[in-house]
Amino acid sequence: MSVMRYREAVRAAMIEEMERDERVYLIGEEVGAYQGAYKVSEGMLERFGPKRVIDAPITESGFTGISIGAAMVGLRPIVEYMTWNFSAVAFDQILNNAAKIRQMSGGQLHVPIVLRAPNGSARQVGSQHSHAMEHFYAHVPGLKVLAPATPADAKGLLKAAIRDDDPVLFMESETLYNMKGEVPDDPDFVVPMGQARVAREGKDVSIIAYGRPVHVALEAAAQLEKEGIDAEVVDLRSLRPLDEQALVRTVQKTHRAVLTYEGWPYGGVGGEIVDRIQRLAFDELDAPILRVTFRDVPMPYNAKLEQYVLPQPDRIADAVREVLYRKG
Amino acid sequence: MTTTRQHSDELHLALYRKMFQIRRFEEEAARAYAQGKIGGFLHLYIGQEAVAVGAVAALEPTDYAITTYRDHGLALARGMTSRAAMSELFGKVTGCSKGLGGSMHFFDAEHNMLGGYGIVGGHVPLAVGTAFASKYREDGRVAIVFLGEGAVSIGDFHEGMSLAALWKLPIVIVVENNEYAMGTSLSRTLSVEDVSLKAVGYGMARDRFFANHVLEVHDRIGEAIERARKTSEPTLIEVRTYRFRGHSMSDPGKYRTPAELEERKQKDPLMVSRAELEGKGHKEALEKIEAEIEVEIEDCVRFADESPEPGPELLEATTYKGAFAR
Repeated sequence: MSVMRYREAVRAAMIEEMERDERVYLIGEEVGAYQGAYKVSEGMLERFGPKRVIDAPITESGFTGISIGAAMVGLRPIVEYMTWNFSAVAFDQILNNAAKIRQMSGGQLHVPIVLRAPNGSARQVGSQHSHAMEHFYAHVPGLKVLAPATPADAKGLLKAAIRDDDPVLFMESETLYNMKGEVPDDPDFVVPMGQARVAREGKDVSIIAYGRPVHVALEAAAQLEKEGIDAEVVDLRSLRPLDEQALVRTVQKTHRAVLTYEGWPYGGVGGEIVDRIQRLAFDELDAPILRVTFRDVPMPYNAKLEQYVLPQPDRIADAVREVLYRKG
Repeated sequence: MTTTRQHSDELHLALYRKMFQIRRFEEEAARAYAQGKIGGFLHLYIGQEAVAVGAVAALEPTDYAITTYRDHGLALARGMTSRAAMSELFGKVTGCSKGLGGSMHFFDAEHNMLGGYGIVGGHVPLAVGTAFASKYREDGRVAIVFLGEGAVSIGDFHEGMSLAALWKLPIVIVVENNEYAMGTSLSRTLSVEDVSLKAVGYGMARDRFFANHVLEVHDRIGEAIERARKTSEPTLIEVRTYRFRGHSMSDPGKYRTPAELEERKQKDPLMVSRAELEGKGHKEALEKIEAEIEVEIEDCVRFADESPEPGPELLEATTYKGAFAR
C-alpha cells in the first residue's frame, strides 16, 4: 500500500498499463509538455516520449475519432479530455462510432478505448464547465461508464478499463484530485467493473451515490448519526454495468433509500436506480425513494448560489429524515 | 492529365469486371428494394464505380479503407462477396454485418473494409486513426477514406485533415464530388467549388481530376497512395464524378434535367472502358465476364432470399465484447 492522491492514482494506473502494453497510449490537450491541465499526466511525456503521450490541438471530435479508428485496428488509446464538459463536441464520435461499431459490423470489430477526464462540479467555473456528463453517456448501450470516489478505486477501476475490450468512459470527480488515500501497489490490482462498495455500513436508510457525492453522503451520515439515524452509504463505482444486486441488498437491509449525485434531476442515472429498486425490491420499500441532485438550473458562478445548487450534506440529511418520516 | 502509365489489358479487364459487378449488383438491389425485400435507405453508387474500383486496385490488401453510407461499391471492390453484400441488404444473418448493419453499414474486416458510416465526415477521423495506428506500429499500411463533397463542410472533415497533416499520417482522403449533396447542387453547398483547395490550408498535397477512365483513377489515386506509403504524407484528392440515380431510392432526382443526365451517361466510365476494350479485340472476354457476373448476381439474390434472419441472441453479443452485466 502507498498513500497517494486521486490524481496520482489515475497516473499510476496509466503508467503501469502503458508499461505492460505498448499498444496503450495517452492523447489529449496539454497531456504532454504542459504535464496535464490538472497535472494528472505529470512526468509521463518524459517517461514514454511523444509517440505515446500525445499533445493534440483543440479537436475533441478529431482526436476522439482518430483514437476510435486506431482502436478499431488494434491499439488501446486513452483519451483525456481537459474536462468531460468538452466531450460534448465529440459526442457524435462517442455515440455513433465508439458505441455502435461493434454491432454495426456484426461483431467483426471492437473498440478498446478509454475516455477519461474530470467531471461534474468544480469551484465557481460557471455553467459551461460544471456538467455531470455521465448521465448522457450511461444511456448508451455499447458504452461502459465508471465513476470512482477514492484513490484506490481510481487506480483499480482505470486499470480494469484499460484492459477492457469495450469503450469505457471514466468520470474523475474534479474536486477529488487532491484527495489522499491508501492505494495497493500490486501491478495487477484491478477493481472489477459493475461491483458497488459499501462505503459505510448502516441499518436505517441507504444513501446511494458515486464519485464526489459519496463523500458528501458520508458527511450527511455523520451528521445523522448524532440524531441516532444509522445510514448506510453505497458507492456505486460503476454506472454501466450497474450493480443492481448491491441495490437490492442495501434496500433489503434498510428499506429506505436516498440517491445523491451531481447532475440535473430530470432523467439521468437516478431514474435508472429508482427503476431497478422498485422493480427488484418493491416489497422491501417502506418509503418513496428520494433524490438529491443539482437544482434544476445551469450552474451559476456566484459561490453561494453554486453551493445552493450542489448536493449538500444537509439536503441529503433532510431527504433521509423525510424517508424516515421524521421530518418536522 | 490523361493516363500516363501503360497498363496491361488484363488489368483493364479485371477493373471492368469489378465495375460491371458493382453496376449489376446495384441494379438488382434496386429491383429487390422495389419488391420490398430491402428495407430502410438504399444509396446506389451507379455511375461512380470507377472511383472505388480504380482506387482499390492501387491498394495493398492490408491497407485500410473506410467510406460513407454509399458503400456497396467500395465493399465489392475490396473483395466482399456479392452473397455477403446482398444478404446484408436483405437483413440476413449471412450478410457481411450479420444483418445488423444494413445498406449503410457494410463492414468486411477480413478485407480491411472498415465500414460505411451514416454520419458523413464523422468517419474521416476514424480513417485518420487507422493511419495513425499504422504509423504508430510502423507497419507501412496506408488508409484511404471516401466521402462526398457534401461532407466537406462538416467539422470532423477539417479536424481529420488538420491532424492527418499535423502528424504526417499515411492517408489518402478522396472526395467523390458527384455535384449533388443529396438534392443540393454544388453551387449551393460550397463557396469554393474546387474542394481540393482545402488541402492548401493544411499544407497537404492535393489532386483533382475527372473520373472519366478507371485506369486514370487508378494512377492518380495510386500516386497519392505511394506518397502515403513512402513518406507518410496525406493527400486530399477531389475526384469529379456523377451518380446516375437519385441520392437514395426514395429520391427521383428531379433537381436535375433529363438532358444533364443523358449527357453524363454518355461519359459513363463503364461504357468508356467497354468500348476501349472491345476496340482492342476483347469482345469475347467482355461477354464472358458479363455472363459470369449475371450468374453471380442471380446466385447472390437467391442466396440472400434463402438465408435465415438473425435472432435476438446476436444483439447483446454484438453490443459488448467482454462479459457484461446490465
